[in-house]
Amino acid sequence: MIDFKDITKTYGSGTEAYAALRGISFSINEGEFVAIMGPSGSGKSTLMHILGCLDTPTSGTYRLDGKDVSTMSDNELADVRKGKIGFVFQSFNLLPRTTVLRNVMLPLVYAGVSPRERENRATAALNAAGLTEEHFTHLSNQLSGGQIQRVAIARALVNDPALILADEPTGNLDSRTSLVVLDTLQKLNRWHGRTIVLITHEPDIAEHSERIIRLRDGSIISDEKNPAPRDAARETELYDDPA
Amino acid sequence: MRTRDLIDETYVALSTNKARSGLTVLGIVIGIASVIALVAIGQGAQSSVQASIESIGSNLIEILPGAARQIGFGASGGRGTARSLTLDDERAIAQVANVGAVSGEYSGRYQIAASGANTNTSVDGVDASYAAIRNTAMDQGSFITDSQSVSLAKVAVIGPTVVSDLFGPDTSTANAIGQRIRINDLQFTVIGVTRSKGSSGFGNQDDVVYIPLGTALQYFAGNGNHFLSGIDIQATNQTSMTQVQNDVAALLLARHGVNDPTKADFSILNQADIVSAASSVTQTFTILLAAVAGISLIVGGIGIMNMMLTTVTERMREIGLRKAIGATGGDINTQFLAEAIALTFVGGGIGVALGWGISFVVTLIGLVVAQVTFSSIFLAFGVSAAIGIIFGWYPARRAASQNPIDALRYE
Repeated sequence: MIDFKDITKTYGSGTEAYAALRGISFSINEGEFVAIMGPSGSGKSTLMHILGCLDTPTSGTYRLDGKDVSTMSDNELADVRKGKIGFVFQSFNLLPRTTVLRNVMLPLVYAGVSPRERENRATAALNAAGLTEEHFTHLSNQLSGGQIQRVAIARALVNDPALILADEPTGNLDSRTSLVVLDTLQKLNRWHGRTIVLITHEPDIAEHSERIIRLRDGSIISDEKNPAPRDAARETELYDDPA
Repeated sequence: MRTRDLIDETYVALSTNKARSGLTVLGIVIGIASVIALVAIGQGAQSSVQASIESIGSNLIEILPGAARQIGFGASGGRGTARSLTLDDERAIAQVANVGAVSGEYSGRYQIAASGANTNTSVDGVDASYAAIRNTAMDQGSFITDSQSVSLAKVAVIGPTVVSDLFGPDTSTANAIGQRIRINDLQFTVIGVTRSKGSSGFGNQDDVVYIPLGTALQYFAGNGNHFLSGIDIQATNQTSMTQVQNDVAALLLARHGVNDPTKADFSILNQADIVSAASSVTQTFTILLAAVAGISLIVGGIGIMNMMLTTVTERMREIGLRKAIGATGGDINTQFLAEAIALTFVGGGIGVALGWGISFVVTLIGLVVAQVTFSSIFLAFGVSAAIGIIFGWYPARRAASQNPIDALRYE
């Protein structure tokens, strides 16, 4: 479903040129849960931007759902993001002083979905992200960190995207809450068959995925299956009951 | 994005920071209100000046004896002092096409006394047609007739100011009828009182005494003097005024044997000229007022631009998020432009109401009858919408052109 072929990204030009990505190729199939790992400066942010159609590569081709998106214009990219990609950010990026339901419905506003349909789909997405009706009318600043990130996950889900792209989703959360968020992502992957790409620099977090791609200096240094992904749900139980 | 969503988003965005939105709107409110109120006051002043000029008479052409210029540097007499217009001139003018009515005039200022009180005012010897030409309506009694002029009757029609000057301010105008007054030591009987016209800016039209023209020439002008101090002509309609003016000028030049029109021994005043001169003064004044108000409107617009730029910076991450979830540059542009236009429209609406209110209060106080015209309201709305678009354009452009990656990272 995702097909990266020889992707490079260079910033600047001439002698100032800096290669953030130096020829990256991989593919991700539907229903996979992949972690992209690397230290800062490894190019994982650049990779995430290209993967999320926020940016285009300098060379190489990126096919998403069979479509070449590597040479698209800004407006075409916006169109692809609207329908095929759901983002979960480290800093949540919910609209402040806005209800949970409105936040989740926001992508549907741009997709031109009718108001009635929006509410149904937002409710379904919030339920899938593990939030109940009582939270729907809360303002985003009245929620805990874990709840906020689950609202953000629901927002990423609501468009029924081909790919959920989570960029350091646990970066601003404590370990307990991080597990709740990881559990939510794992359930979406296992029960709903969502394709999830998780970008992180923490090995603990990456180990919850089924496959780990490691980056260093703009190149892939390893791409392997994780034989025993950690189960966030079980860890949460252990957390709550250490005995 | 649907229109309803756009309205919804705009409302949420603007109501989030009510104080800031309110103050920004205030700038536009003041601008629009002052444009509407000042234009209304200017137009009110213009029409009141126009009305008072028209109260002198309608389709009026006035001929004054001129000051015949001397060749070289000889002293010229003041206009109106020359002895060039005669009763024969008046009769000849009555034959010109499209002349509705003609009245000769002989006027001077005299001391007038009645039962101990006295005043000094203008005494006008006029024909019967004068009342119609000058729109002079009667409050009590009747106006001078032509037969009184022929019989040299010593009768007078006086203005309401003269009534109160001679008989006291509490005297009703009806009581003035039949009273004896002395003009320049000659006894006259009051046969009528004119209705109040107010001041026209060309002297108080209520402070005047009318007597028959024949009587005036006989007793005040001196021995067998048939020279008039003016001739009033009423054209039959507005469109014929120029023609009447030209024909009368040609007639008088011929009668007085003057070949060069620049050396005419009379001058012609056309009421339309006075109206248009006065209108152009008040119009200039209105434009000046509107320009000052317009400046405050522009300052209000800059306030909007300032607020929108701040908003764009504050909401940078929101812009990044919206773009990440599929908003195009156009969507973002529309949204911020809508916010700016909404501000100016709300400001425009309140401003129109406030401007209307101010005009109403000004009218109520009696300063001037302010006239709020629909054109000024449409103009104000158009200008406020234009200001929203012009001053909202740059901030909206700036928001729309943000790279989503940079916008999301913005701290």
